[in-house]
Amino acid sequence: MPSRRTKSRTIRVNYLTRAEGEAALRIHLRDGALIELRLEIFEPPRFFEAFLRGRDSREAPDLTARICGICPVAYQMSTVHAFEGLYGLTIDPAVRELRRLYLCGEWIESHALHIHMLAAPDFLGCDSIITLADRNREAVERGLRIKKIGNAIVAALGGRSVHPVGACIGGFTRVPRRDQLADLREQLLRVRDDAVECVRWVSHFDLPAVTRDIEFVSLRHPDEYPMNEGRMASSKGIDASPDAFDDFFEEHQVPYSNALHCKVKGRGPYFLGPLARVNLNLDRMGPEVTSVARETGIPWPNSNPYTGIVARALEVLYAIDEAVRVLDAYQPPPAPAASFEVRSGVGRAITEAPRGSLYHAFETNERGLIHSARIVPPTSQNQARIEADLRALAPDFIQRSLAEATHMCEVAIRNYDPCISCSTHFLKLEIERH
Amino acid sequence: MKPRAAVFKFASCDGCQLQFLNAEDELLKLAGQVDFVYFPEARSRALEGPYDIAFVEGSITTPDDARRIIKVREESHYLATIGACATAGGIQALRNWADVEQYRRVTYPSPEFISTLSTSTPISEHVRVDCEVWGCPVDQHQLLAVVRSLLSKARPVLPAYSVCMDCKRRGNVCVVVARGAPCLGPVTRTGCGALCPAFNRGCYGCFGPADDQNMESFARLLASQGVTGDDAVRRLRGINGYVRPWRETADAIAADKK
Repeated sequence: MPSRRTKSRTIRVNYLTRAEGEAALRIHLRDGALIELRLEIFEPPRFFEAFLRGRDSREAPDLTARICGICPVAYQMSTVHAFEGLYGLTIDPAVRELRRLYLCGEWIESHALHIHMLAAPDFLGCDSIITLADRNREAVERGLRIKKIGNAIVAALGGRSVHPVGACIGGFTRVPRRDQLADLREQLLRVRDDAVECVRWVSHFDLPAVTRDIEFVSLRHPDEYPMNEGRMASSKGIDASPDAFDDFFEEHQVPYSNALHCKVKGRGPYFLGPLARVNLNLDRMGPEVTSVARETGIPWPNSNPYTGIVARALEVLYAIDEAVRVLDAYQPPPAPAASFEVRSGVGRAITEAPRGSLYHAFETNERGLIHSARIVPPTSQNQARIEADLRALAPDFIQRSLAEATHMCEVAIRNYDPCISCSTHFLKLEIERH
Repeated sequence: MKPRAAVFKFASCDGCQLQFLNAEDELLKLAGQVDFVYFPEARSRALEGPYDIAFVEGSITTPDDARRIIKVREESHYLATIGACATAGGIQALRNWADVEQYRRVTYPSPEFISTLSTSTPISEHVRVDCEVWGCPVDQHQLLAVVRSLLSKARPVLPAYSVCMDCKRRGNVCVVVARGAPCLGPVTRTGCGALCPAFNRGCYGCFGPADDQNMESFARLLASQGVTGDDAVRRLRGINGYVRPWRETADAIAADKK
């Protein structure tokens, strides 16, 4: 509740809704000036990096998946790529393509979830997808159709959409025959028009027009839209191997949050996720997606975080086209997985989770047991950037009611599709105005 | 009147509550039958209790959560735990064998900012639980079956026999017999549809212990496959490692080794 002593005011959101996980926001204003702003992630810590020590590297993809029920595939992919580097594995090109398909599935389901269930209600004055369905059943049903195909892809390769079981170091434990994927291809072609319509739908939302000074970061690959491989790239000139993550980024802890903050060394907050990827890789999305992107009338690249929802919808379309491409060319690999010998060493990898670059680093002993693990999830990396966006909004709060200010903050935070369970190391809003 | 349902989250990955949202074909129908008046992940408007049905995801790992679950129980007529975390403590219960101070130091540069309990415990260690839905994640069909039972005022009944039964029905080749792969299937509750064996790998116990498991015999089976000592302990101390029969067997193997 706002305290109205003199000209001081506190805005507090005790539990950020329509986000995955638990976080709060506290903003303290005095005479219209921002005194303090903090995004408190109170999602309880689960200590993955600690309990992974002593576990077998071959168990790791099943364990790191449990960090996040929304993006388990990305966790599995960063983990297996890190160990494959460590064990010196060469991955069969067909396996590599299947992994792109696998991640396409996750992007589609996670993005469709965020667009329709978490974000769209903000722009249409609803409290949930259920009330949105009363108003615009067609859009909701369209979103559910898109989401469903994403889940179906993940299940085809991993048995189920949440914590799938098929990924392992070296490849998959089982790969499908070509005929087993035929139905998937038909389903994808059926939702392609839905995905184009979805881009148009979100690009007509009343998106606030702002421009911020943002450093966008994502992987970049010489010939394809980044998913499992590439170099780290940024809109302010970073171009480096994921092995050099620590040379460019630093994590630090703040007393009010269970999530570590990240910054670009010597600069400051940075932005991960679909908008960063589209901004840095539009030339890799192919002519058809690019033309849909141009039709929205939104300039790409751009520095308006509110266009993130459109970038997300564009990635859904891209992922559908990419999945169809993989399926058309698919021939099963000679073996589902490459065999390997464990050894001691250090392996690092970044893959593009739906919410942005996900960094893993592992150190093993000669028996392949994990000696140390480091996991830097996208929401934790975005956290400082989210706070920067909220700070920029603060001057507007003075003329707003508490409910309006809270809503503004929530919309600004949801631009990042924060996955708080991942980052718990995330929202309660508390604005204190004096 | 539609029943008032609530979805509460404790320490978890959100994957089990996501299974409601993943019910794409049934979601709108479900919403016609049950009013999710408290479901922060999916709805901004949160209504106060009491609730007819509470679905609880996640384990108890902080002093605040230990207090919050008591309030949840008081406000809820029927309480169902969903998933391995709420039902068995989850993978984060690995801390129960470790020094949590050390865990804090490993994960955070300033461990003093972090409030946590030394254990991760299932909801049933804190309050009375009316129904336990196992799985990591819970199976959507089981979850919806529980909702349908409750709507018709019937007690939900979920199968508790082992994965082996469904593995046979599915026509999988047994990974233990054919390949000597370590597999928790014989002692694990069905629910996943025997996924791992269908994917050429041993079960790793997502659904917790079956009712008819024989841990002594299972430990011998593992040993006969050359899975002993730390390796056997790791297999049992997994997603549902803190559940009693598996915990006791793993502890015994660990003690033997010493």
